[in-house]
Amino acid sequence: MDAFKKFTGIVAPLDRSNVDTDAIIPKQFLKSIKRTGFGPNLFDEWRYLDRGEPGMDCSGRPLNMDFVLNDARYQGAQVLLARDNFGCGSSREHAPWALEDYGFRVVIAPSFADIFFNNCFKNGILPIVLSSEIMDELFQGAMGEQALELTVDLEAQVISLPNGENISFEVGEFRKHCLLNGLDDIGLTLQHVDAIKSYEAKQQQNAPWLFTQ
Amino acid sequence: MKTLYDKLWEAHVVRSEADGTSLLYIDRHLVHEVTSPQAFEGLRLAGRKPWRIGANLATPDHNVPTQDRDKGITDPVARLQVETLDKNCQEFGITEFEMDDIRQGIVHVVSPEEGATLPGMTLVCGDSHTATHGALGALAFGIGTSEVEHVLATQCLIQKKSKNMLIKLEGKLGQGVDAKDLVLAIIGEIGTAGGTGYAIEFAGEAIRDLSVEGRMTVCNMTIEAGARVGLVAVDNTTIEYVKGRPYSPEAEVWGRAVEAWQDLHSDEGAQFDRVVTIDATQIQPQMTWGTSPEMVVPVTGVVPDPAQESDLVKADGMQRALDYMGLEAGTPCSEIRPDVVFIGSCTNSRIEDLRDAAAVAKGRKVANTIKQALVVPGSGLVKQQAEEEGLDKIFIEAGFEWRDPGCSMCLAMNADRLEPGERCASTSNRNFEGRQGAGGRTHLVGPAMAAAAAVTGHFVDVRSL
Repeated sequence: MDAFKKFTGIVAPLDRSNVDTDAIIPKQFLKSIKRTGFGPNLFDEWRYLDRGEPGMDCSGRPLNMDFVLNDARYQGAQVLLARDNFGCGSSREHAPWALEDYGFRVVIAPSFADIFFNNCFKNGILPIVLSSEIMDELFQGAMGEQALELTVDLEAQVISLPNGENISFEVGEFRKHCLLNGLDDIGLTLQHVDAIKSYEAKQQQNAPWLFTQ
Repeated sequence: MKTLYDKLWEAHVVRSEADGTSLLYIDRHLVHEVTSPQAFEGLRLAGRKPWRIGANLATPDHNVPTQDRDKGITDPVARLQVETLDKNCQEFGITEFEMDDIRQGIVHVVSPEEGATLPGMTLVCGDSHTATHGALGALAFGIGTSEVEHVLATQCLIQKKSKNMLIKLEGKLGQGVDAKDLVLAIIGEIGTAGGTGYAIEFAGEAIRDLSVEGRMTVCNMTIEAGARVGLVAVDNTTIEYVKGRPYSPEAEVWGRAVEAWQDLHSDEGAQFDRVVTIDATQIQPQMTWGTSPEMVVPVTGVVPDPAQESDLVKADGMQRALDYMGLEAGTPCSEIRPDVVFIGSCTNSRIEDLRDAAAVAKGRKVANTIKQALVVPGSGLVKQQAEEEGLDKIFIEAGFEWRDPGCSMCLAMNADRLEPGERCASTSNRNFEGRQGAGGRTHLVGPAMAAAAAVTGHFVDVRSL
């Protein structure tokens, strides 16, 4: 995983709540055995007018021009604004893979579904929770004639607006550390091999039924 | 004084960071073809091996065809994914119930059926409906593929503890009201994000009265209320269910296990961060009308009107849902006519579900306006049991198709899917846009209600038949 660096990027506003992972990446693309290449099919059913299938060349497909990502203002967007309960539904990590492959680095919403939220951190995407009031302001800014650009500084936990306004945000210490340093969770856990082995040995004594196979 | 969730959590913490992030030991890992290939590939690239091979149990379910199994999988992309699972399990020595094995089925049906889900376990799977297993007093939750790789490599996950929520169902469910109605009513009450950040324990008389299969239906849809974990305390019903299954402990170990399981309940006076009390006696048979599981009404009701909703973002979502569903506000539910009926999924494909549906189908015929009515058992063993009881004949005589086990039309990764605009009475768990096929319209109901919709041609209160 690449380390998360401070960056400035265009904001795309997706103004609906309860956006589920089926919408983020529809099921037919889950048949892939790869981790990459999902970007062209991000929000496939909303983004295109035809029915997408795996392996299709998306460059010539008819676009739904009413969908936010097809708006000229938001081309190259790296920050996604969303509403409540973003990423609900299926646990598919293909959803953050698709967002990441498309180019999103940050998703900002008033609330996220737990599994999606967790999956983002494993893929170098920073999910940020802000209050509905601040979200309304950001949506308003992003829907103006000019696209809105934000600077996201994870180290300082601050989002900076072009007007000089700064918005601070919360992030768990451990997750922040991993994201900033691009750390591999498995590598970190394997530093504790002895602790795992001793826990396991104790459990095998105390609760052998947990080891049936 | 601890909650059941506190007890399960604490018993599995290997170590903790200062901010509460913990390394949690995982007892059982279920694997299917869709969320595992990239995890196995990751293991291989890093030169790692599974930490404890026996902790894993695999079966293909999402992509498998539900008919003409002997011809294999015709979709080459789906076939490659299932073959990749077979290959990975062979390479790493993981037990897999392959497509032609009688024990194959939906992971969340297969594992409890085999006794591979036990009370007091931590159990994970790359599938959000893993909450199902909480019905047996196991701490079970869905994970992403990076975590699938993590648990394969380390037998642990890096987790933060959730908050505790208690949902108390007071009183008994009425005649003809089932576990699906109960959980849909709960989701209607607390909303699809109501449980976000919480582990939910379901308690109260209506829960105690449910069989383990009914409890599984309730816990299964915890994720539709936003919570990763759903739990029911262990009681004699649980222990009787677990006894004598292939993976269950035996002899002296069984006795020790049962003794340990006696403690798997919340202590009297344990503190919950949120308590929701629901009068179970008032719950009516439910159906969803919109594109989120919280968009649910009693079947005796009408499609709600966005104009009556004061929250504008919510009203906008309701209008969008009505447009997608092709419905008008104020329409009585009983005037909504499905084109397709689907009985199956990890929510409602167990033997009791099939019995409930068959009791309605018996001696009746699927209405001629229904284009297709599918019954998809949750596993090969459920199918076998149903056939021994003659349920297959009841369904077939009524005009249902009797299929082979898998996830099928719940998420339409295989050939079982809705066409654009088709309306479905479905016993599955998600009514999202496009979930059962692009443009498809899903109404979630229980198995008896689905069968009732099939034989009358419209949604109907099953108690009135």
